[in-house]
Amino acid sequence: MTRRGRLDVRVVSVLGALLAATLAALVASVALGEFSSPPLGVVATLAGAGDRATNFIVLDLRLPRALTGLLAGAALGIAGAVFQDVTRNPLAAPDVLGVAGGASLAAVALIVFGSGSAVSVPLVALAGALTAGTALYVFAWRRGVHGYRIVLVGIGLSVFAQAGIAYVLAKGRIFEVAQAYVWMVGSLNGRGWAQVWPLVAALVVLVPVLYALGRRADVLALGDDVARALGLGVERTRLLMLGLAVGLTGIAVAAAGPIGFVAFVAPHISRRLARVRTAQGLLALSAATGSVLVLLADLVGRLAFSPHEIPVGIVTSILAAPYFLFLLRRGTA
Amino acid sequence: MNLEARGLSVGYGEADVIDGFDLVVPTARMTAIVGANGCGKSTLLRALARLLKPRRGTVLLDGRDISELPSKEVARRLGLLPQSPVAPEGLTVEDLAARGRYPHQGLFKGWSAEDEAAVEAALAATHMTDQRGRALDELSGGQHQRAWIAMALAQQTELLLLDEPTTFLDLAHQVDVLDLLDGLVHERGRTVVMVLHDINQACRYADQLVAMRDGRVHSAGAPSDIVDVAFIADVFGLDAQVVEDPVTGTPLCLPLSQPRRTRCTS
Repeated sequence: MTRRGRLDVRVVSVLGALLAATLAALVASVALGEFSSPPLGVVATLAGAGDRATNFIVLDLRLPRALTGLLAGAALGIAGAVFQDVTRNPLAAPDVLGVAGGASLAAVALIVFGSGSAVSVPLVALAGALTAGTALYVFAWRRGVHGYRIVLVGIGLSVFAQAGIAYVLAKGRIFEVAQAYVWMVGSLNGRGWAQVWPLVAALVVLVPVLYALGRRADVLALGDDVARALGLGVERTRLLMLGLAVGLTGIAVAAAGPIGFVAFVAPHISRRLARVRTAQGLLALSAATGSVLVLLADLVGRLAFSPHEIPVGIVTSILAAPYFLFLLRRGTA
Repeated sequence: MNLEARGLSVGYGEADVIDGFDLVVPTARMTAIVGANGCGKSTLLRALARLLKPRRGTVLLDGRDISELPSKEVARRLGLLPQSPVAPEGLTVEDLAARGRYPHQGLFKGWSAEDEAAVEAALAATHMTDQRGRALDELSGGQHQRAWIAMALAQQTELLLLDEPTTFLDLAHQVDVLDLLDGLVHERGRTVVMVLHDINQACRYADQLVAMRDGRVHSAGAPSDIVDVAFIADVFGLDAQVVEDPVTGTPLCLPLSQPRRTRCTS
C-alpha cells in the first residue's frame, strides 16, 4: 500500500545503497579483466574519449556483457519476488519450480538435436519457459490455484525437465552436448548488445505493470478469503503476476542461460537488508539485489582463475547454496 | 442495506453443506449464527460474503444478486473477517488497516485524506492507535484480533460478517471484542453477522439468533424467544438446564453433565 508521504526510510536507503553497489559493480566489471583499465579511463571511454583498443574492449565486449548480467539479474530477482509473493511460499522461485528447467530443456534439445543458432536458441528457451509456466498454472488449477499446489506441481515439473535434459544429453553427440552444458549453467561469456536490447524492452514493458499491481499483491498477501472479501479478483491477479514473472524469467534465461539461485535468493537477501512490507518495495530491492549478485558473481568467475573463466551460473550456485542452508538453519526461509 | 439468502444451497465436492437456506439479516442489528460443529456455519458466512458460489438459490444485497454485482462495489458495503486469518510476516497494524481501504481506491486514485481518516477511526475504535507501528507477529492474541477487526472497520462497510471473532482469545479479550462489535451495531448503526460457538455469549450479545442444524435453519429469533431446553437438545444434542442470566436476563445454558468430583452420592 503506497501511502502518500510515508515512504519507508529504511527501504529507500537500502535501495540507494544497492543501486550504488550495482553501479560500482558495473564499473568494476567493465574496468577489470585480463586487460585492466583504470575506472577513470572507463568513464572517459564511456564518455566517448577512449582510444580504439579501449573502445573495443569496453564498449563492444565488457559493457554489453555487464549490462546483460545486470538486466538478467534484475529480471530474475523480480521474478523470484513475484513467485514468493503469489505462492506465499518462501521456497518458491522460477528455477525451483521448473520454469527455468523448461527453458533449459527446450534450448538443450535444440542445441543437441537441431541446429541451434544465436537467434533460435534464446527464442526456443523463452518458449520453453512460457510452456513450463503455462503447465505450472494448468496443473496447479483445481477450483482456483493455491500456493502449495503451485509449489508441488512446480517441483514435479522441475524433476520432469531435469529428466528430459538428462535424456537429451545422453542421446547427443559429444560436441553438441558440450555446447549444451555451457549454455545450461548460465554464462555471460560472449554476450553482446543483441542480448541487452531484448532485456531492456522486456523490463521496460513488464516491470511497470508489475509495479502497478503492487497494491493488489499486498491485498493478495492477506490470504485468498480476505482478498476476495476486499473485492480483489484473486485468480486474475495471480495469473497476471505469474504470467509476467514467467515472461521475465524466460527473457533472462534466453539472454544468459539459467543462472541458478538468483531468483530464489535475491528476495531473501532483500528481506534481510530491510524490513520490506510492500510488494513494490520487495520488487525494487530484489531487482537491485539480483543485479549486484549476477555482476559480482560474473566478476569473480572471470577473475578468480584468470585466464580461465568460470561461468556465472556456477559461481551463483556455489555462493547461494550455503546461503540457502544458512537460511533454513535460522528458520527464516 | 439489506442482506438476504433465498433458497441457498452451497457445497464442496459431492454433498451440499447448506441446503435450501432462507435468511433475512435484520439491518442495524447483531445476528449470531450458532450450531454444532460441522453444521455449515462458516460455509454459510462464506456464501453470504460471495466467497462461495451457490449451487442453487441466491444471496441478495439490497434486492440484487450479489454474484452479479462488481466485487469491489460489494466490498464497499459488505466486509468479512474469516476465522484466524494469517498476515505476512512483519506487517504492521496500520499497514494492515490501510489495506482495508483497497475497495475504495481506484487504479489512478492514490491514498486520500478520506482513506487516512478511515484508518485513524478504525485504529481508534479498536484501541489500537498506540500499537499502530508494531508488527502483527509481536502482538498478543487479543490485540492481533483487534488489528484484523481494524482492517475490516477501515473498509467502512455497513455490513460486517465475522467468523468466530473470539476464537483463541481468553475471556477478558472475548468480552472486549464482543463489546466493540456491540458498540458498532448499537451506537453506529452497523449490521453485524457473526458465527459464535459459545451459545451463552450469543444469547447475551445477539439481537437475533440463527440456529443451524444439518445445513438448514433450525430456528431464528430473539434469544429469549427461542432458547430453551428443547432448543439446546435439538441444536447441540446436549441435555441442559436453561436459566435466566443473572447479569443480563438473557437465556443461560447450563449442561447437565457433571464432573464426577461434584456428583451427589447420597
